[in-house]
Amino acid sequence: MGKKQKIREEFYRYGFAVLAFASLIFLVGITLTLFTQGLPLFREISLGGFIFGREWYPTYDPPDYGAFPLIAGSALVTLGALFVCVPLGVGSALYLNEIAGYKQKSIMKPIIEILAGIPSVVYGFFGMVIVAPFVQNLFNLPTGLTAFTGSLVLGIMATPTVASLAEDALSFVPKSFREASLAVGANRWQTLVKVVIPSAGSGISTAVILGISRAIGETMTVLMVTGGSAVVPRSFFQPVRPMTSTIAAEMGETVFGSLHYNSLFAIGLILFLLTLSFNIIAELISRRFRIKLGMGR
Amino acid sequence: MNRAKVTEKIGFFMLFLCILITVLFLGIILYFVTVRGLRVISWEFLTQPPRSGMTEGGVAPAIIGTLFLTLGAVLFALPLGLACAIYLNEYTPKNIIVNILRISINNLAGVPSVVFGLFGLAIFVKFFGFGVSILSGSLTLGILILPGIISASQEALASIPQSFREASLALGATKWQTIRRVVLPSSLSGILTGVILSIGRAAGETAPIIFTAAAFYLRGYPRSILSEVMALPYHIYGLMTEGTHPEQQTQIAYGCALILMFLVLLISAVAIYFRQKQRRIHYG
Repeated sequence: MGKKQKIREEFYRYGFAVLAFASLIFLVGITLTLFTQGLPLFREISLGGFIFGREWYPTYDPPDYGAFPLIAGSALVTLGALFVCVPLGVGSALYLNEIAGYKQKSIMKPIIEILAGIPSVVYGFFGMVIVAPFVQNLFNLPTGLTAFTGSLVLGIMATPTVASLAEDALSFVPKSFREASLAVGANRWQTLVKVVIPSAGSGISTAVILGISRAIGETMTVLMVTGGSAVVPRSFFQPVRPMTSTIAAEMGETVFGSLHYNSLFAIGLILFLLTLSFNIIAELISRRFRIKLGMGR
Repeated sequence: MNRAKVTEKIGFFMLFLCILITVLFLGIILYFVTVRGLRVISWEFLTQPPRSGMTEGGVAPAIIGTLFLTLGAVLFALPLGLACAIYLNEYTPKNIIVNILRISINNLAGVPSVVFGLFGLAIFVKFFGFGVSILSGSLTLGILILPGIISASQEALASIPQSFREASLALGATKWQTIRRVVLPSSLSGILTGVILSIGRAAGETAPIIFTAAAFYLRGYPRSILSEVMALPYHIYGLMTEGTHPEQQTQIAYGCALILMFLVLLISAVAIYFRQKQRRIHYG
């Protein structure tokens, strides 16, 4: 190797290293920013008072920073969304992977992929103009913008995520498992329920957990569809204000560095920690799943 | 028919129902947005700025704004992400540190987009003082798609058989020559798929640009990368929640939703095309 070439090789090596670390710094920066901007809130308010406080009136005098209504709103909408996306997503995955023929699969799979690609603001828009009036008329409510409507739209939105992850999990189940079951006289449904689902079980739960994680973090849909009232919800058919939409709706009005500003970062921190722990749990389960099916890593 | 057979039929039907409902919802969304969107879309709608308090004219500034923001995000995230993937996959030994980095990058892909918006606000808008601008918004969107670009590129690079590299090195090529002439060309379509999917994501995201770049209404077009900008996704949100003519604004929002959906679906169609091409290369 000539000297010039050696220098060039070193140049590229260090160049890539610098760029790689630059992107890692940005990614670490997100975590640091949330902590440095969010934690100052707790100089004024106790952690318990923030998480369990039932009054969210950040613009009143004196202001109240009780995030419980927002956390409850997120939990309620996410829970509702689960009732939609788990059956639809897992059911679709089972159908695609176990029942559908090649031709049906080659049509339906891209359709589900398209559904995953639609921007969330379009879902929110659709929820506002079509789903909300429908829900309002159906249940005779004062407004269609409720936790229920949010759950419905959010559930549809998370369905493709759950479906494609669950399908991955099902495709990991070895063919020999199914053949063994069919060979001892079980029909296809019995094979599905007694063999395929149990062996893909942890993979499917990974899919569901990542679906939850996606639903909690979704912003535009809930911002547009759930109505936005920051009170602890008493029923499904009432407007709520989840954590994500609180940040999106209120950040524009806050003064930089004020307590309100810090409190929105603290909510961001809660969201960050929540989704992070869901993702880590999913990662751990899916690792165990692969080992169980003899795939190691 | 015996009982097991009946159960099987019912079970299969239930599963079919699940996928049918899912597909049906997509059909309903596409139908309403397309039919009502087409009513307002015209040459004027695509090329003119809004007039008469958002009730007439077009949405051209929002379309242009979305193009600027997306382009900026890719210009920023692509070199960084690709370099990061190349460094992690080609230059570092496979060890626990690289594995931890890989897992943390994957986890960052799951962080809610509104949290990226908070980061952009604190760092780009305030700390670096870029203000609410195309620059801040592009950088924020860039960081949002960075984890996706890194993991897609890394996956594409890792799928290249080790023998390719060894053959090149055995011929006396240097590491960089091997990367440039052998590894990158053969992983190109895989990388492109990941990048294009990220472009689609960046174009459709709203939450990260609400407080870093977007304005509901601006007179004229942005002058520099430090000016605020209108963007399609935020415009839809604005039309539905602000302003004084809800009826007409909803119609215009249908038009915007159709354009945005068309744009994003077009982008993902291109990505799917590249993925098919890549499969052909790898599996003959």
